[in-house]
Amino acid sequence: MPADFRTQVEGLRPYLLRYATLQLRSPEAAEDAVQEALVAALAGESNFAGRSNLRTWLTGILKHKIVDTIRRQSRERPLAADSDGDTAEFDALFDETGHWAEPPDAWEQPEGALMQKQFLAALEQCLRGLPERTAQAFMMREHLGLETAEICKELAVTPTHLWVMLYRARMALRQCLEMNWFSK
Amino acid sequence: MMLSCKETSRLLSQGEDRRLGFGERVALRVHLAICNGCRNASVQFRFLRIAVKGLSQDGDEEKSA
Repeated sequence: MPADFRTQVEGLRPYLLRYATLQLRSPEAAEDAVQEALVAALAGESNFAGRSNLRTWLTGILKHKIVDTIRRQSRERPLAADSDGDTAEFDALFDETGHWAEPPDAWEQPEGALMQKQFLAALEQCLRGLPERTAQAFMMREHLGLETAEICKELAVTPTHLWVMLYRARMALRQCLEMNWFSK
Repeated sequence: MMLSCKETSRLLSQGEDRRLGFGERVALRVHLAICNGCRNASVQFRFLRIAVKGLSQDGDEEKSA
């Protein structure tokens, strides 16, 4: 195996670690997934053959390892049935006629590199505030970009339950960002 | 059928995850035409999707191969 391929792959480790940590939260689980992905990548170098961007290729391998980890986790700790489809928690956000208690404002896009960096930090903070499974489902959808059918299968939840989880995540994130970023 | 903001926000979210039915799309459009708050929420849900994708990119788009 050419040394420079290994060096290039190793050079992408910090990026991959960040990618996995965003999804798995636990640094140990992220480290394991990245390690497995790198081993698989180095063993399968011939499959790469310069077909695509190395980072894109490695990220694809890592995605599979991340999904494997999530599948294992959700078998070990199945979702509690009590969170199934319950939307009463949203009642406080609306008045008795179903109108917004506080209508969402128009957001000003963060501009410039520094602003964007700070904004992403605020977003990450808000993500950490979500319940673990809610964050996981949301990140599978929006970060890994998986289809809902696949997420339902891996998390062993119904589509209705998943939609509630994703709704919960989006509503909580928009509220958190409005409070901690856009209204400042 | 008139949707409330509560129902609208829920449909807007589902619209990011499944193809809404014809009736749902019509009801949404009618509500969004008259409701600023829900229009903003709709833009925000889209914005969240793009922003979350950006979390692992950090502006380094250079080819690594």
